Amino acid sequence: MNPANFYALIGIGLFSVGLLGLIINSHLLKKILAFNIMGSGVFLVLVALARRAENIPADPVPDAMVITGIVVAVSATALALTLMLRVVSETGHATLPDEVEK
Amino acid sequence: MNRKILLLTLLLPLLVTLAAGLAYAVLSLPEQPQQLPKLVINNMNESGVSHPVTAVLLNFRGYDTLLELVVLLLALLAVWSLNLPAAEPRSTPNRVLDTLTHLLTPLLILITAYLLWIGAHAPGGAFQAGSVLAAAAVLLMLAGWRIPAKLIGLPLRIILITGPAMFIIIAVRTLLFDGQLLKYPPAQAGLFIAIIETVATLSIAATLAALFLGTRPIAINKKNIEQASDNGSEHK
Repeated sequence: MNPANFYALIGIGLFSVGLLGLIINSHLLKKILAFNIMGSGVFLVLVALARRAENIPADPVPDAMVITGIVVAVSATALALTLMLRVVSETGHATLPDEVEK
Repeated sequence: MNRKILLLTLLLPLLVTLAAGLAYAVLSLPEQPQQLPKLVINNMNESGVSHPVTAVLLNFRGYDTLLELVVLLLALLAVWSLNLPAAEPRSTPNRVLDTLTHLLTPLLILITAYLLWIGAHAPGGAFQAGSVLAAAAVLLMLAGWRIPAKLIGLPLRIILITGPAMFIIIAVRTLLFDGQLLKYPPAQAGLFIAIIETVATLSIAATLAALFLGTRPIAINKKNIEQASDNGSEHK
């Protein structure tokens, strides 16, 4: 297995861990963090796949997608955090209304 | 608690299956990417820059990048429309943060310019440069700096909009003169990309820094402060 595939598999692992975190945590901040971990996994897969052929230079198309993707992810996270703060100021807790709090 | 354990036992097999499926998909890809890298390398001469990632970002897939800039702006609009109360002004920063900010801010601005320039032939470009510049602004805001009242209204909005606006102007120009959206003539491609990257850097930095504030910046002028202190004395 070449190193690129290894990194791609790690990316898939990150994506899955993030998805698990997104589902089982009810706190919205944890959900946002988990969502970011999923995103990082996707970026890692894309960057790794861009380099999977060993003797030719990296494929620039996925790299360009990751560059813009990171900045968009940052702004989406900012929006998510603001939405979370708004939920907190409306309801007093940082979970969605239909979550059972224990 | 039991509910969580039940959820986990149901979820884990599903997630493992998903991960295995994704891993299979990734490992079964052909060893070499097929068409796109060759297309990029064969057309590098017409792109106006010599770094393939920048060529893809601002020339071959310029449409994507234009929309990404619009997404940034939309995120900021959404944040502003949520209208959260402005964060309380923090206490004055300690000397370490203060000194560090004094040292780092000019350096970060310099790095921004470098990243912007190097983007034409090495890793770098508008998004990286804009992020570094935004980091400088965030550092300043953590150290107690606020956007000057003069800049808050129209000037801030103009900075936010110039990146996407310039991109759209150039897109319309290519549509009118060359018949296709964002198809730069090879002779001027370098110039167009340099213009777009420079204004996009400023817009990206301003958008990210404004997102960090979390709400629409309000002018803190002397009047407000006096009013605040008046209120404070009344309470006493």
